[in-house]
Amino acid sequence: MPDHSPGAGVRVRDLTKRFGSAARPAVDAVSLDVRPGEFMTFLGPSGSGKTTTLNMIAGLEGVTGGEIRIGDRDVAALPAHRRDLGVVFQQYALFPHMTAAQNVAFPLRRRKLPKAEIAERVARTLDLVRLGDHADRLPRKLSGGQQQRVALARAIVFDPRVLLMDEPLGALDKKLREQLQIEIARLHRELGVTVIFVTHDQEEALALSDRIAVFNEGRIEQVGTASDLYERPATRFVAAFLGDSNAFEGTLSGGRLAGDGLDLRAPATDLPDGSRAALIVRPERLRLSGAPGSGDNAVSADVTDIVYQGAFRKVLIRFGNGGAGCVREAIGALSDIAPGDRVTVHWSPDHAVLVPA
Amino acid sequence: MFVVPMARLAWLSVTTPETGLANYRDVLTDGVSLTVIWRTLRMMLVVTAVCLLFAYPYAYVMTVVPPRTRAVLTTIVLLPFWTSLMARTFAWVVLLQKGGPVNDALAALGLGDVRLAGSATGVTIAMAQVMLPFMVLPLYSSMRDVDRALVPAALSLGARPAVAFLRVYLPLTLPGVAAGTTLVAVLSLGFYVTPALLGSPKESMIAQLIAVKVQDVLDFGAGGALSLTLLVVALALLGLVARFVRPGAALGMSDEGDRR
Ligand SMILES: Nc1ncnc2c1ncn2[C@@H]1O[C@H](COP(=O)(O)OP(=O)(O)OP(=O)(O)O)[C@@H](O)[C@H]1O
Ligand SMILES: [Mg+2]
Repeated sequence: MPDHSPGAGVRVRDLTKRFGSAARPAVDAVSLDVRPGEFMTFLGPSGSGKTTTLNMIAGLEGVTGGEIRIGDRDVAALPAHRRDLGVVFQQYALFPHMTAAQNVAFPLRRRKLPKAEIAERVARTLDLVRLGDHADRLPRKLSGGQQQRVALARAIVFDPRVLLMDEPLGALDKKLREQLQIEIARLHRELGVTVIFVTHDQEEALALSDRIAVFNEGRIEQVGTASDLYERPATRFVAAFLGDSNAFEGTLSGGRLAGDGLDLRAPATDLPDGSRAALIVRPERLRLSGAPGSGDNAVSADVTDIVYQGAFRKVLIRFGNGGAGCVREAIGALSDIAPGDRVTVHWSPDHAVLVPA
Repeated sequence: MFVVPMARLAWLSVTTPETGLANYRDVLTDGVSLTVIWRTLRMMLVVTAVCLLFAYPYAYVMTVVPPRTRAVLTTIVLLPFWTSLMARTFAWVVLLQKGGPVNDALAALGLGDVRLAGSATGVTIAMAQVMLPFMVLPLYSSMRDVDRALVPAALSLGARPAVAFLRVYLPLTLPGVAAGTTLVAVLSLGFYVTPALLGSPKESMIAQLIAVKVQDVLDFGAGGALSLTLLVVALALLGLVARFVRPGAALGMSDEGDRR
């Protein structure tokens, strides 16, 4: 497209939302910096405050406390219709009494653009989402995927600097979802717009995002790239929410983590001596060996089950202390074990992460 | 069931007391009939408008409150169905009469001695209350079907709240408006009890006039002519409303609606 609108940064400080007299705030002092042009995903379980945060940024939900800046502007005093943000809703929210083209024209007409320019932009944007030939259809005559494309077109046609999407693909089946993911990634690249994208689908988050903010109970647990979150989770929650993990709990002292019959070497950490912590190791970072034993970076375990998953197999284990875990082995590097065997799992110290318990 | 008496009425209106259109000529020329028809139409418009004014926000509130509050609101609307029309109208007579609580309240507010009972204002108030459920329920049912995300979507796209209402919410609730106004308009045309009890004899409505002709004067021809005139007016109104507010087809629908 000829006229790019480079995205704006979004800066959120101590953003808080309390509904009525609820005991726990729905959003609790969230702070976050989204860089201009970045694709940021809010990922978290249901009820963790993703939608509420997004709606406060959009101006569709009142703010209990905190600050939101879009670009260099504090938007506290700006009502939703003056924030100039594109918003895509989960259930499309197309106006059912208007055709696809009228839906896409709606934001342009609110901005009082000349008729010819509106027509030209609507046509161009519908082409961009490959719906050029469906301009005159009412939404109910379009498939779910097509409706979501219209919603997308409507949200970008006025060149907003930030595009907010709340589970835009949640109502679509898997195949369509993957197709639209590719399309959204392409639009993000071509338009250079800042995107904040809400999902509770991990794979979707990993596939699309520059960075991911993991929400839990109204707070952000960690913000980082997919590999940051996976390789260096900051909390137990992040470790458990993204993929499988093995956790060993204990008390820190003098560079060691002890407890539950284990005495492991602790990775470097800011946590003070005496605090409870958990050592996290991802399943594919564990190695199995036949002989039982334990050590600085090793514990013994019983094999409970083995599950084949295409190019990998998953070995489910139970540690001496009763905790469950798993090891992922690539086919071609399989160890010679069977369910019921007693084994040792060990890891390289670089691959262990310490988080507060 | 309905056609036979109507046909008989039509027959009577052109045969009694003598064959011809004399009865209809009378409706147009006797001075009283036309005045009454005009007064009835005016009353109908006012009652319908008052109903719509109260019912639209009321029905909207019903769609946004939690279920328990909604149950209470629904009960309040339906309350009139549980008491008889006579009882309610008499209640209004008591409330609105000279020296009644409403009169006193208005006087206390410094609005002076407002005449309510025995006046068109009194009839309007009482009729609007009686008709409210017929307006609220169709409105509520069409509002309930409007996706709750649409107005926020309109706002996010740059529409001021008033514009979001006019271009998105209102057009989608027009079917309910059409159904409600038609019901109330037609019902208030044929309304007899309330105007008879609360209105003044000098301001009688068409239903009373028909009753007088048929019951007191036993002039079935004139009664029939009036009734048919009323029916034709009612049908014409129905047609008009249906034409204006074809479900969904209005304001926001056409591209031209926006032109300045
Ligand atoms: N209008 C409201 N009134 C009261 N509580 C609300 C309201 N909206 C949201 N909440 C509460 O706020 C919390 C956060 O909700 P929110 O919708 O932001 O979660 P979410 O992360 O988007 O979840 P999901 O993945 O299910 O969409 C929840 O506990 C929810 O019950
Ligand atoms: Mg949500």
